[in-house]
Amino acid sequence: MRNEPDYTWPRDDFSRIPYGVYHDKNIYDEEQYRIFRGPTWNYLAFEAEVPNPGDFKSVFVGDTPVVVSRDTDGTVHAFINRCAHRGSTVCREEFGNTKSHVCVYHLWSYDLAGNLTGVPFRNGVKGKGGLPKDFDLGCHGLRKLRVEVYCGIIFGTFSDESESLAEYLDESVMKHLARLMHKPIRILGYQRQYIRGNWKLYTDNVRDPNHGGLLHPFQVRFGIARLTQWGGALLDRRNRHNISFVAEGTDSDEGAAEAYGESSAFQKDYGLADTAMLELRREFGDEITLSILSIYPGAVFHQIGNSLATRQVRTKGPDAFELYWTYYGYQDDDQEMTDHRLRQANMAGPGGLISMEDGEAIEIVHRAILREKESHAVVEYGGRGEIGSQDCLVTETPMRGGWSYYCELMGIQADKAPS
Amino acid sequence: MTARSNGEVQEAIADMLADYGHLIDADRLEEWLDFFVEDSVYKIMPRENVVKGLPLSLMLCENKNMIRDRITSLRQANVYNIHVDRHVIGRPRIVGEEDGVYSIEANYAVFQTDQDGMTRVFSVGQYVDKVVFLDDGPKFKEKVVVVDTAAVPTLLATPL
Repeated sequence: MRNEPDYTWPRDDFSRIPYGVYHDKNIYDEEQYRIFRGPTWNYLAFEAEVPNPGDFKSVFVGDTPVVVSRDTDGTVHAFINRCAHRGSTVCREEFGNTKSHVCVYHLWSYDLAGNLTGVPFRNGVKGKGGLPKDFDLGCHGLRKLRVEVYCGIIFGTFSDESESLAEYLDESVMKHLARLMHKPIRILGYQRQYIRGNWKLYTDNVRDPNHGGLLHPFQVRFGIARLTQWGGALLDRRNRHNISFVAEGTDSDEGAAEAYGESSAFQKDYGLADTAMLELRREFGDEITLSILSIYPGAVFHQIGNSLATRQVRTKGPDAFELYWTYYGYQDDDQEMTDHRLRQANMAGPGGLISMEDGEAIEIVHRAILREKESHAVVEYGGRGEIGSQDCLVTETPMRGGWSYYCELMGIQADKAPS
Repeated sequence: MTARSNGEVQEAIADMLADYGHLIDADRLEEWLDFFVEDSVYKIMPRENVVKGLPLSLMLCENKNMIRDRITSLRQANVYNIHVDRHVIGRPRIVGEEDGVYSIEANYAVFQTDQDGMTRVFSVGQYVDKVVFLDDGPKFKEKVVVVDTAAVPTLLATPL
């Protein structure tokens, strides 16, 4: 690494995480190059968000601004949103439709693929000024990402060496994405959340099925996700990504009450005055009623009952990140089904009855570990040693999978686990 | 219905909004609930969704029972940042009236203060409401909080 940090990884099963990596600015900078701009595939947007030629959407990969652009022939491109001339933001709007992307500063003009097509006063005025005669427009396009589309989901990578998207996602993730995207979708809207914590505390959170049945009492109370239900975590062959899943209705209130015992997570003495939100409509032909798919590094696809959304982690330095939520339904949903999805959206997002706790959990960790560079988080639910898929929810093993890939990307060598 | 002058309507609605903000700030949400009629909608919408014509909200209560349930959940289930809210609500504009239903708009700012005594602007936006007058005063028939601060700082627990 350019800035070799001095953190110890005392176990090569990644059951210890040095807290310093959540605060260190050098580590953060290195992550941008090695992870977000490295050989990872990053979820950018849905095709449904840029359906027509000329449509574009401004997004982020890590903290790099990226434009997703639909070309006249239907191809989707992605490029860094930074003018090749003097670095200004080219595309200032979040969404739009255009024939070309023109930088407002000196009016350099790019086509929908990000190629530089024109600069004003290239030859100067009356033989004076202008660009050198040998200035080659072809060498000054916007920096492009490689793009692949799977099931209407647009992914991009900065690296020419990345494996194919299919290899990166692996069969388990592709199957789950195909399940979610089994018919054309319709965007229902966006939510944003600005959390004052390190982005990796969030990627930990979505690889930790154990917390779901403890931190989030609402879903425990109403049997939406409880540690006593059938569920687990499905990892890809290299343990980079994770699908945590739960099947509602596979335990009983009584059994759960007994298992939770005195734990504060399960309170039975209240109910809802309007239970429409709890209604579950099975639509995937399987038992899974809640699933949190996390694709390394910063993408999440969730199904909470009939609420469907993606979350994009947009890093804002070591101490903050934005969670950008995109909710969708299907084009053939009738109004009643759309209303149902919108009602169930109450359970997720920054104000989610289930998910609001995550914002607090991440901030209270981030605050408390500031001075603990050489102390370690303990990750042993689900066991030590080998990393793999889990057939129960009382596990945080998927986190260790995420960290094993993190260390590989960052060039960090973990010490051998004590035997 | 008693005939009210424009001034009386304006004043009654302004008083209600002042009380509305006060009861949230005082964590008296069970009393705050009384500002809504039974079939009232309470919705918090990011402005960017409104502008794009997208229906997704940050919080959606389709009736008073769902508002009740939000309060129940806050009291019983949810874990959130320990904070104090402070509403500052501007003078309401009455933008229309039809069959006794007043359409009003008012700007608001909510400041949030944490346990370190640090205050931040938590949310700025506009109330876009429908108000009816009952025997015991004005009530919301619909309340839509259109949030400019779309990037919710940390999380959204207490209503706006």
